[in-house]
Amino acid sequence: MTDTAAGRAPAPPRRSFIQSLEVDLRLVGMIGAFIVLCVMFDVVTEGRFLTPRNLFNLTIQTVSVAIMATGMVFVIVTRHIDLSVGSLLATCSAVMAMTQTWFLPQVIGLDYGNPLIWIVTIFVGLFVGTAIGAFQGWLIGYLTIPAFIVTLGGLLVWRNVAWYLTDGQTIGPLDDTFRMFGGITGTIGVDASWIVAGLCSAAAVVLMAMSRRTKARHGVPLKPVWAEGVMMLIVVGAIFGFAAVLNAYEIPSGAVRRMFRERGEAVPDGFVAAYGLPISVLLLVAIAVAMTVIARRTRLGRYIFATGGNPDAAELSGINTRLLTVKVFAIMGALCAISAVVASARLSFHSNDIGTLDELRVIAAAVIGGTALSGGVGTIYGAILGALIMQSLQSGMAMVGVDAPFQNIVVGTVLVLAVLIDIIYRRRLGVK
Amino acid sequence: MADRTTTPLVEMEDISIAFGGVHAVDHVSLSLWPGEVLGLLGHNGAGKSTLIKILSGAYRADTGTIRIDGTPVKIESPRDARRYNIETIYQTLALADNLDATANLFLGREIVTPLGFMDDAAMEAETRRIMARLNPNFKRLSEPVAALSGGQRQSVAIARAVYFNAKILIMDEPTAALGVHETQMVAELIEELKRQGLGIILISHDTREMMSLCDRLTVMKNGKVVGTEATADVTEDDILSMIIMGTNPRDKAAA
Repeated sequence: MTDTAAGRAPAPPRRSFIQSLEVDLRLVGMIGAFIVLCVMFDVVTEGRFLTPRNLFNLTIQTVSVAIMATGMVFVIVTRHIDLSVGSLLATCSAVMAMTQTWFLPQVIGLDYGNPLIWIVTIFVGLFVGTAIGAFQGWLIGYLTIPAFIVTLGGLLVWRNVAWYLTDGQTIGPLDDTFRMFGGITGTIGVDASWIVAGLCSAAAVVLMAMSRRTKARHGVPLKPVWAEGVMMLIVVGAIFGFAAVLNAYEIPSGAVRRMFRERGEAVPDGFVAAYGLPISVLLLVAIAVAMTVIARRTRLGRYIFATGGNPDAAELSGINTRLLTVKVFAIMGALCAISAVVASARLSFHSNDIGTLDELRVIAAAVIGGTALSGGVGTIYGAILGALIMQSLQSGMAMVGVDAPFQNIVVGTVLVLAVLIDIIYRRRLGVK
Repeated sequence: MADRTTTPLVEMEDISIAFGGVHAVDHVSLSLWPGEVLGLLGHNGAGKSTLIKILSGAYRADTGTIRIDGTPVKIESPRDARRYNIETIYQTLALADNLDATANLFLGREIVTPLGFMDDAAMEAETRRIMARLNPNFKRLSEPVAALSGGQRQSVAIARAVYFNAKILIMDEPTAALGVHETQMVAELIEELKRQGLGIILISHDTREMMSLCDRLTVMKNGKVVGTEATADVTEDDILSMIIMGTNPRDKAAA
């Protein structure tokens, strides 16, 4: 098993363009697939798919699933599964909706609009999500009930806990500040978006330069300077391109007039405003960075991947794999709570069916993003890209006018095909 | 040759463990002195691996005491064993196939920066340094160990055991997956570690190899110790008959 790969010749002296860049080939493949998908839908819809408006919507629709998918990567990497994320989202959403519309204003007596409301609400949601996640992790890690069973039970339990808590009623409207996490209701505007893009680009370039310097100090082989430069250009280009697209989506004139009327002013002649980066997207970016740092740079991440690769080896190396399971599911629970903030804020109310079937979307996103169900392999950015691909497929088909049953048939087929391609790719590469 | 008049490095006394009524290890005692290699022999299922897993913290003994340098200790997890400088190279190698050599070498003992993040560059540099000594041909530090040959994987497992100042080294079938050249390499390494004063417990099925590497041999059968003899005092045939018959021919001679 190991001999086939070990028999390969050492790296050839002349390396191709892609090899010199040292980028993940799977990532390139996924971005390629995503671009092909977008261009295809754009052609079929006669240019309606690749508009700032649609790309903006696509982005904010992806956020909730993408946030949970980053946590699902850790769960699947440790050879577990979490079928309860959609239901857990509903419970968190129900608790937060009740906290901000009933408990804080009516029981505690805070005025509507008090900034404490949204802050306390989010803390309560995070606590509930993390606690439920940790509890499920404890059942799995310490009582050794299979994750499939625990979270299948959780799928039923938490969905109906949410129902019981709210009597199945829709709760709203939610707090104004809280709703700013929803997407279009909370954007930072054009100038701030450019500033954020600039800061992100600067951070990325500095990080890449620093990592190169550390490698050089320890005598680790480096990639050519030009390759480093090209990578920096690509990253900076991508960040500014993304900001440019979202900045190009102009606020409709009706909404602008309403905004000015609320302030008691008249709209100046030729006034144009755009949305810019939504707060929910910034939240996703922050979570993606944090989760990637955990995966790559901390012991927790190293142990998650080691346990996924060989649970016995991890145990024998002195890693407390039971506690690790609790931590992984607690992180998953916390991310469900954050997704619940985004999802309910986007709707501007809590509805009884919020997050239904999200578990399947989240697992599909992680798996399409290259997370192997056999454990030990997966990336955060892959899962986010997976979520984006799933969402574009879904909304693209809706725009084209594909019948609802066919939409789901296509999504299901794509999931299976993506895993097949991944298996073939891994086999060619000679890795597990 | 080890000085066996001093305090033993390890004393396992009257150790028993049962799995669902089967006495895998049945009132077994053994001692290990610094600078000696103790061989454990016996059929599959004789209880050798179970016994050493008690010492390395993978299993907990039902009864019996373990003393390290004369002090009674409780070894309840692999982490405890590591704290007493007991390192184990398992038959199954116990490597995480999806991680690279550096990650495996430092697994559970990562070097971290003051901020608590892993210092990958420092760990890779250390791995490069130790591998240059252990197996100079080994250059593929940043590839998953799944892509390495049996000998290279074994180098990683050995490097992991000796890097952290082991005093007691347990090797379970260290040469089972290796070619002639690599087996020779392991033999030289054992000699070298012995000179440095480590105590080594070696498990193998290869009686001839054990005769040449070990100072003393302990034979087990059905969870019990058949006998412990200095290698110089016995022939290969004596050992084989102990393994197969479960009786010590020297006992009979004395009787």
